[in-house]
Amino acid sequence: MFENFGFTGANAPHSRRVGVGEPPGVRRALLAITFAFLGLFLFLPLAAVFTEAFAKGLGVYLAAISSQEARAAIRLTLTTAAIAVPLNVGFGLAAAWLVARFEFPGKQFLATLIDLPFSVSPVISGMLFVLLLGVRTPMGEWLADHGLRIIFAEPGIVLATIFVTFPIAARELIPVMQASGQDEEEAAIVLGASGFQMFTRVTLPNVRWGVVYGVVLCAARAMGEFGAVSVVSGHIRGATNTMPLYVEILYNDYEFSAAFAVASLLALLSIVTLTLKHAVGRRVASQIKHAGEELPRLAA
Amino acid sequence: MSIEIRNLRKIFGGFVALDNIDLAIKEGELVALLGLSGSGKTTLLRIIAGLEAPDAGSIHFRGADAGSLSVRDRRIGFVFQHYALFRHMTVFENVAFGLRVQPRGSRPSESAIRAKVHELLRMVQLDFMAHRYPSQLSGGQRQRVALARTLAIEPRILLLDEPFGSLDARVRQELRRWLRRLHRQLGITCVFVTHDQDEALELADRVVVMNAGRIEQIGSPEDVYHHPANAFVASFLGNVNLFHGRIEDGRVYLGNTSLEVGAANGSVASASGRAMLYVRPHLLEIDRVSAGPGSFPATVKSVNAAGPQVRIELVAEWGDPVSVDLGHDRFTTLELAPGAKVFLSPKENRVFVYEA
Repeated sequence: MFENFGFTGANAPHSRRVGVGEPPGVRRALLAITFAFLGLFLFLPLAAVFTEAFAKGLGVYLAAISSQEARAAIRLTLTTAAIAVPLNVGFGLAAAWLVARFEFPGKQFLATLIDLPFSVSPVISGMLFVLLLGVRTPMGEWLADHGLRIIFAEPGIVLATIFVTFPIAARELIPVMQASGQDEEEAAIVLGASGFQMFTRVTLPNVRWGVVYGVVLCAARAMGEFGAVSVVSGHIRGATNTMPLYVEILYNDYEFSAAFAVASLLALLSIVTLTLKHAVGRRVASQIKHAGEELPRLAA
Repeated sequence: MSIEIRNLRKIFGGFVALDNIDLAIKEGELVALLGLSGSGKTTLLRIIAGLEAPDAGSIHFRGADAGSLSVRDRRIGFVFQHYALFRHMTVFENVAFGLRVQPRGSRPSESAIRAKVHELLRMVQLDFMAHRYPSQLSGGQRQRVALARTLAIEPRILLLDEPFGSLDARVRQELRRWLRRLHRQLGITCVFVTHDQDEALELADRVVVMNAGRIEQIGSPEDVYHHPANAFVASFLGNVNLFHGRIEDGRVYLGNTSLEVGAANGSVASASGRAMLYVRPHLLEIDRVSAGPGSFPATVKSVNAAGPQVRIELVAEWGDPVSVDLGHDRFTTLELAPGAKVFLSPKENRVFVYEA
């Protein structure tokens, strides 16, 4: 997972050489297939969401997204993201720092562990928390005795979201941190910086686009998560429903326009995220490339 | 500030990077650590800076043990091999960094920082580049910014890791002269690491030749060049012809030739056993006729006359290749061409006896 940022791209020839590559007919066919696929599985559903959302007019749409329950779902979704994202980035920075700067036994194992939530089904992740902290478990009982409700309440949703998102920032930051190298940090220390000054003035600015990228990806996942959150939420209307859960409830109640209206808000969030991701992703790539440019000099 | 290193040892996961290092550097000295990559020279430099901790031994600054001093408190200037400029900061901010991170009490005022940074940038002739980013500078300019940044904290010792390693030959020459001047001006203790013998011999007051984690010889450039302490130093510094033979009764036997062991070799002359004989290419006299018992026959293989001296490659009578450097005048008189039979006589030689 850490080696997928090679520097070879920097030296790859940009222009297509004559005599190498596919004939024009094959190229056109490949392009057509790609766009047909994208149209069928991406643009068509997206268009359908917005068409259905506005099917009964703007009034119904606005009413659907401004109802009390809808506003509660939006608030809960945003709150969850607001808690999960900073924690995720904090953890990501710490993990990336550890993996990129230190050699220790079990490093590869740790890297695999970080990825674990990605390989576990989100529903299972939710179940884990129910089995661990549910009302009928020893820990759940203890928590209930102290007036703390985790499962079927907001804290459970936040926990499940943190769990499913926690590899995201770390995965983005590890290659960026590795590429930025340790030289500048050592230079800062030698020049008299404290550890904190080094981190805020040198380390963080060097990986800043990686951080932004991590924030964007993590926010998107945190707001869109369904499976894990569904298990721990209990679907209490106006209280423990996030936006994706609320969409499902509306749909099951045959309130299609309202369901699509809320869904369209989620779709909009995705589009904003994608745009940001594209813009930031290019800067991350160039940051890694710039760090990489220093490397060939080693041969001298 | 004087540096004293006592019995230093450093191990990286079973690999002995430094072993038994003893070195005293005087106040204001310019010292070169010379060796191949992997000889431990950079590790030694990093230990002096405090970037690595030794496994054994100690370092003393002006006689005081530096073991408990953190990197920050050592106030040592370190110029990294690849400069390690802060790429998100302008040249100005790079140079100002060491001043800005000082504790509030001792930090100079903003106007004092500006004045100092501009003074340093003028010194390295880069004041007009103050608002550029490192990526917009050439290698030589980056190197000078790195030096200015280091000098901003008024270091007590300046350490440079392969300072000219990644620059092209012309810029390297220029910067070498510039560093020499700077050192004279500031009188600061300087230690630099290099794998380039010319650089070490030209620049340093003293050269420390390192090999496989050990110091092979410490001496002035003249010393290590003309009086190498052992076979490694002799072959490492400058071009050299190496012959394997036997030593007996003060003579070295190579094929049908026997050469007298030179006076410069001292007590080696009385040894006997397998020996290595070193002769520098410019210390071999070349002639059409034998010059007596000290000369041996050889055959010219190739001639390269491009350069201040003519380099002639030959094969000695016993089969070893030999290089000879001679002046253009002499070369013209001798009329040498490949295939010519000649006689070589060493003006001076160094003999090292194999350890039994």
